[in-house]
Amino acid sequence: MTQMTMIEAIRDAHDVAMARDERVVVFGEDVGYFGGVFRCTAGLQAKYGRTRCFDTPISELGIVGAGVGMASYGLRPVIEIQFADYVYPAIDQIVSEAARLRYRSAGDFTCPLVIRMPTGGGIFGGQTHSQSPEAYFTHVAGLKTVMPSNPQDAKGLLLAAIEDPDPVIILEPKRLYNGPFDGHHDKPIVPWKKHPQGDVDPGYYTVPLGKAAIRRTGSEVTILSYGTMMYVAEAAAAECGVDAEIIDLRTLLPLDLDTIVESVKKTGRCLILHEATKTSGYGAELMAQVQEACFYHLESQIIRVTGWDTPYPHAQEWDYFPSPARVIAALHQLMED
Amino acid sequence: MSDDVAPLYLNVPEPGCRPGDEPDFSDFVIPKAGAVDRPAVDVNPDEIRDMAFSIIRVLNAEGEAVGPWSGELSADELIEGLRHMVTLRTFDARMMIAQRQGKTSFYIQHLGEEAVSCAFRKALLDDDMNFPTYRQAGLLIAGDYPLIDMMNQIYSNSQDPLHGRQLPIMYSSKEHGFFSISGNLGTQFMQSVGWAMASAISGDTRIATGWIGDGSTAESDFHAALVFASTYTAPVVLNIVNNQWAISTFQGIARGGVGTFAARGHGFGIPSVRVDGNDYLAVHSVARWASERARSGLGPTLIEHVTYRAGGHSSSDDPSAYRSKEEGAAWPLGDPIERLKQHLIVLGVWSDQQHADLEQEVLDKIVKAQKESEAIGTLGAGAMPSPRDMFEGVYEEMPPHLVKQRQEAGY
Repeated sequence: MTQMTMIEAIRDAHDVAMARDERVVVFGEDVGYFGGVFRCTAGLQAKYGRTRCFDTPISELGIVGAGVGMASYGLRPVIEIQFADYVYPAIDQIVSEAARLRYRSAGDFTCPLVIRMPTGGGIFGGQTHSQSPEAYFTHVAGLKTVMPSNPQDAKGLLLAAIEDPDPVIILEPKRLYNGPFDGHHDKPIVPWKKHPQGDVDPGYYTVPLGKAAIRRTGSEVTILSYGTMMYVAEAAAAECGVDAEIIDLRTLLPLDLDTIVESVKKTGRCLILHEATKTSGYGAELMAQVQEACFYHLESQIIRVTGWDTPYPHAQEWDYFPSPARVIAALHQLMED
Repeated sequence: MSDDVAPLYLNVPEPGCRPGDEPDFSDFVIPKAGAVDRPAVDVNPDEIRDMAFSIIRVLNAEGEAVGPWSGELSADELIEGLRHMVTLRTFDARMMIAQRQGKTSFYIQHLGEEAVSCAFRKALLDDDMNFPTYRQAGLLIAGDYPLIDMMNQIYSNSQDPLHGRQLPIMYSSKEHGFFSISGNLGTQFMQSVGWAMASAISGDTRIATGWIGDGSTAESDFHAALVFASTYTAPVVLNIVNNQWAISTFQGIARGGVGTFAARGHGFGIPSVRVDGNDYLAVHSVARWASERARSGLGPTLIEHVTYRAGGHSSSDDPSAYRSKEEGAAWPLGDPIERLKQHLIVLGVWSDQQHADLEQEVLDKIVKAQKESEAIGTLGAGAMPSPRDMFEGVYEEMPPHLVKQRQEAGY
């Protein structure tokens, strides 16, 4: 095992993939010479040359559209959208093109394309550097949507996505790039090198898409979450003493429903936690699926703790970001029901 | 508001001719056939800026092929081109009737624009890749794609290569260098540049072509495609088919104040030319010039094909509601089939009788294919794609939630 930040793990995944498969090409805004604004592609251009890792014009639709064309040719493009907040100009190329190419051409053309984008808040990024747009993608037939929560998964999921025959959206929680974050913003930052999940397997491995991970086993309540919120969930459960089973979904679509159902049937209670806004958020889908599959096992209502239904604010970030205190209050409410 | 200055007003362009008006193309400047020079393929784009404001033409009013863009095709090749265009027009006419008979839901014809895609295809190599819009089926017909496969797709029957999933005429054939048509506007233009970049990255020799309509040049995809093609010197030929009308909206709405669509390429340093889209010889010659540029590593070319959509936008459209019925007949670049036929007669290799025989032969072939296809099924009648198939192909491997939904649907 090697100690890595999530950034280093993502860079390593690119490196491993590019060395294994010459069809893998990497591009995006500031991705080439500089190695990306978060440095996730640093050194790749120097190692593999300018035609395999390069800068692009500032045009998200152009970047994704080029990726669709390259994937249909037979390459394996891995592209970076500089912030998830910037992806909207490319929505048509993602939703109407990448996602549907296999279906509409009956497999004549396919789109093995990976679109990475830093996501989520906690960095005082304001409304254009903090959004969590996962629900836009999980709503689309033909896409797979992934959100890792630690370096080991970030590398293994990216390698699995690059090998996947279909388009995969990878939302990388940027607040986790350099260390886990439990929502206590006034405490010192913990780097990954001091965290057990900062241990990353060297070389090639994959973390399969569509498989959740149980981060903490427990008996009283199931917490469903992903990305940055994993650490908020862990902190909240530890602080309030509720014996929570914490599930890291890792892949949002396809969803590992079996793991969820088994847990909720065991605990009888379910809390859903995400950063994104509440209404029509991915938590609504989770809530519906748990209700459909576990209705007779539920001992209380299902509760969502999410970002508020506002644009992502700047100065009020810590009033917006779902805090351990809000999660603890929700856990108490669940246990009292 | 200030009292000292005149109030502003919004300029909303209007075409010169609406229903009831006399068609007037007097503002439409048409250079003489043979008047435009043929530069070397490695010409400096700055030296040919005037080509974006002229029109490359080969066939003159007398049916002769003249000037530096002529002389590339043999009589046999021209007769083959005529056959392709007649096939496309006859196919369209039969399928429009089939749509009216309720055998399919939707159709798009090419009336008046047959030369553009038929001639272009013959300038490409078999393994080049086209990213077409919904009005370039000549790329398939001139590439010898089976007519019955096109019909099976149009009828969404059990032999539809696309399994009934896609709107009629949104064909896909990788084998025939024809990228899956989206039905969204403009998206394929950027993708063609990506495919061409991939070919260059891979050290391949194949090139791509992108296609877009005059109206859709207003989409951001058009701009992105030109930026990427220019930046990376992508081996791609970018085609604008200016057929004057985007459904009911005349081309001036998308074009704005600039003189031509081709001139859009100047800001990107891309050689940009206009060609008489109703002149089979001119389209072929320009296509060959541009594809040679791409294949030689000289990068993209922007071509504006100046033509006229003589029919409705689609089977759902009635153009008499927004343009003069006489406008098509007044269109100064004529009809592509009539012009090539006249040229072949002038060459002494064709006659009215031979043309009538060709039309009959083509019709017989299409009717035969149509009977075979309709014997399989038409939309909602006969052998249909399986409802079970509706759930297939969303992903390579069906995820659990789709398996469950398929079972819930009873398949």
